Amino acid sequence: MTPAITADKLTKKFGDFTAVNQITFEVKKGEIFGFLGANGAGKTTAMRMLNGLSRPTAGQAEVAGFNVYRQAEKIKRHIGYMSQKFSLYEDLTVRENIRFYGGIYGLPGREIRRQEKELTASLGMEGYSNTLVKAIPLGWKQKLSFSIAIMHRPEIVFLDEPTGGVDPITRRQFWEMIYKAASEGMTVFVTTHYMDEAEYCGRVSIMVDGHIAALDTPRALKEQFGAESMNDVFLQLTRPNQ
Amino acid sequence: MRTILFIVRKEFLQIFRHKVMLPLIFLMPIIQLVILAHAADFEVKNINLYIVDNDMSQASQQLIGKFRACRNFNIVGHSFSSRVAYDEIQRGNADLFLEIPPHFQRDLLRKNKGSLQLSINAINGVQAGLANAYANAIIQDFNSQIRMEWASLAARPALPGLSVTFSNWFNPEMNYKTFMVPGILVLLVTLIGMFLSGMNIVKEKEIGTIEQINVTPIRKYQFIIGKLLPFWIIALVELSIGLFVGWLIFDIPVVGSLWLVFGFAAIYLLVVLGLGLLVSTITETQQQAMFISWFFLIIFILMSGLFTPIESMPPWAQSITRFNPVAYFVEVMRMVLLKGSNLMDIRHHVIVMLTAALAVNVLAVMNYRKTN
Amino acid sequence: MIMKQFGIFIQKELYHIFRDRRTLLILLGMPVVLVLLFGFAITNEIDNARIAILDESKGEMSREITQRLVASGYFLIDENLREVSEIEQHFREGKTKMAVVFPPDLQENIRRHLPAQIQLIADATDPNTATTLINYASAIIGQQLREQNHGQAAPMQINTEVKMLYNPRLKSVFMFVPGVMTVILMLVSAMMTSIAITREKELGTMEVLLASPLKPSLIIIGKVIPYILLALANTVVILMLGTFVFGMPVKGSLLLLGLECLLFVVTSLALGILISTRTESQQVAMLISLMALMLPTILLSGFIFPIESMPKVLQVLSNIIPAKWFIIIIKNIMLKGTGVGFVWKESLILTGMALFFIGASVRNFKIRLE
Repeated sequence: MTPAITADKLTKKFGDFTAVNQITFEVKKGEIFGFLGANGAGKTTAMRMLNGLSRPTAGQAEVAGFNVYRQAEKIKRHIGYMSQKFSLYEDLTVRENIRFYGGIYGLPGREIRRQEKELTASLGMEGYSNTLVKAIPLGWKQKLSFSIAIMHRPEIVFLDEPTGGVDPITRRQFWEMIYKAASEGMTVFVTTHYMDEAEYCGRVSIMVDGHIAALDTPRALKEQFGAESMNDVFLQLTRPNQ
Repeated sequence: MRTILFIVRKEFLQIFRHKVMLPLIFLMPIIQLVILAHAADFEVKNINLYIVDNDMSQASQQLIGKFRACRNFNIVGHSFSSRVAYDEIQRGNADLFLEIPPHFQRDLLRKNKGSLQLSINAINGVQAGLANAYANAIIQDFNSQIRMEWASLAARPALPGLSVTFSNWFNPEMNYKTFMVPGILVLLVTLIGMFLSGMNIVKEKEIGTIEQINVTPIRKYQFIIGKLLPFWIIALVELSIGLFVGWLIFDIPVVGSLWLVFGFAAIYLLVVLGLGLLVSTITETQQQAMFISWFFLIIFILMSGLFTPIESMPPWAQSITRFNPVAYFVEVMRMVLLKGSNLMDIRHHVIVMLTAALAVNVLAVMNYRKTN
Repeated sequence: MIMKQFGIFIQKELYHIFRDRRTLLILLGMPVVLVLLFGFAITNEIDNARIAILDESKGEMSREITQRLVASGYFLIDENLREVSEIEQHFREGKTKMAVVFPPDLQENIRRHLPAQIQLIADATDPNTATTLINYASAIIGQQLREQNHGQAAPMQINTEVKMLYNPRLKSVFMFVPGVMTVILMLVSAMMTSIAITREKELGTMEVLLASPLKPSLIIIGKVIPYILLALANTVVILMLGTFVFGMPVKGSLLLLGLECLLFVVTSLALGILISTRTESQQVAMLISLMALMLPTILLSGFIFPIESMPKVLQVLSNIIPAKWFIIIIKNIMLKGTGVGFVWKESLILTGMALFFIGASVRNFKIRLE
């Protein structure tokens, strides 16, 4: 089986600054792949190269079987993306956002309406269809963004710090949604700086200063570093002298 | 095609979500049109005249009477001192003063000549020039009148029977508003179109939603067209309302074909909106976009022949106006609406606009990068 | 302590402005471009107007007059027409502005001392240009006739001596420099600040600032100080251009001029702040500034169109436009060289407006916080 994502010495430089330094990894189909690292470690930059928003400086990568240099637009047909900056239109209602993104991805009208119903029901947001996104709580916004990002059933979904700033209960619910998507065969590529969330991932890579410092299942990593939790693994990697 | 419609719908929803937008886009410009058409009047009326009459004779009274009868002049005061008159100009209460020296009448009768003095506030050169022309016409008129009345003995010069007549075509009543309203309409439609489109894409950049669009398989041309269409429609609606109001309130004649006006407007708007989107693609914040748009617009407008005739610009400035879309539309509006020019008459304008529309929009599509 | 925080805050605002090179370039370059345009390109003087000649007489008279028209420098012969019907075609294509028609019997009638007419036909879509062209042409033709008459002096000739005060050479730049200065100051002070503050609201950073120990009034003042500096820099540039390139005098006191500019900047800033207290989105702030500030400032302030020529309603309306008073003040100081005695009333009006705008903003601001 071909992997969902392969990256080979993928590099991004901004002037003299190397944001991502020769990272190499593979993500299997249907896997939940955690991309960990401190703020500024290069997670978002790496993700933006994979989903076609940013052109790599060097190295190779393929997403859903397409080359990131030559076939960026083809990649976009097969992925979903939820950006760190809030990605819904605050001045549109829940329904209008759903319809807009459904339309952009070319879903037929009937399908859009079906999803709209299903989506609001599963999120417990019936009756909020005509509410402006501006007016709904952050947790709902995040769950809504995720649902919209996978409306068109992409092969791979990229989530950039999806649970930033939301309460633990919502985070829990959010991960249930991720599991559900993965169980339907979707590949999930998720960045986070919450180390407890790393435990939910199939495999995690830990980025430090632009390169990948460790990559394995959470259990293997904990064994390798002799650590109690992923948090300890992370601390050992980022502050090796202490 | 369907994708474009989804974008158009979203843009419309967003534009009119702010309740103030509807009146700002449609009502304000019309109010502006009505106010500006009245304000943008180069006709010089109500010139404030101050009189210094040191002669107090029949002749001086007759001359002053002629000024009083002229509707261009307002006599605001009398004095015997030119100092006082000068102060009145200094204070801004008078625009000019006429000084009639002592013995004006006596000199006319005995020395067969007289002299007068006009002092005009010339800060506004154009106004001063016109005031001077009006005043001189009155004085000349007075001159020939007294010649007729008092000097019946003097031989009238034997002029040949040649006279000059003139006629003013297309605007025989010399109505300045007829001239200005079509131009002001261009101004308003352009302002609204350029600013709305100029701030649009950059707004999505600022808020961050552009990322979400860029990661979708949408084609660049679809995105640009989807962004352009809503403003194109708004601007055309705006133009229709404006033309209607112009016709209703200002009696703007529609000599030529309205289809031609709208057809040209449709192409022109593609240029303006394309420029706006181009600005939007090269800027990072709405503030930046606004300033760049403002910078180009003010130059476009000042060099468009809207307020001052292009013919009176120096040659280098006239060649700059060939690259100014606003100048083309102002000219076409006036030509078609007031003179009834047809498609053949404006073919050159149409070709230039079509080329510009194509170039600007291709550039906008190329400049919009989904991948950085 | 507070002063130090305040200093840091202003520093942040300055960073915002200076980091954005393009905007800065435009803000500093725009006044230069505008003044140069007004000084060199935009005039109401007419020369080299294109005219068409329809000479049906083909005699000496028509030739001489045509030559004289061209020699005057006001006219360029665009076309020699053959038929009357061609005139309308030329007007519709917009090629020419006036046609001179010499009738076939012109020469003959003059010879036989019968009445003869030369006809001037103007495209009057632009009435002022039409009037000016016809006046010029009539004067030139009249002079030609007088010369042919060997200039017999008329009796009781009145000579009028005309003095053009303040601007003897009728330069339009004298009129436009104060206007451009006003527009730029308004743009930088009112439009920029209203958008800068609304931007913080739109991006949500305003809340963060308001939560800081700095007083809201200090935050607002901190936000506007950089724009005051920018506006004053623009003033200096415009004045220097006006003085050194176009020879525009500053007859009055420079200090007074500076203070009045500061007063106008403060009034405009207050207006910008007032707009920003009422709007939530940058686009709305921009449209309001544009429609309610910029256009009236350009058109109702006496910058381009004389206020006295407007209908009474607009003359009254123009009183609420700060720019009107400012233009009166700077024209007085620069061109007439008058002192405080002549501008105190206008200055007082501006001060009153500034206080009103500030009061209204504070009130709006409080309502929002409650």
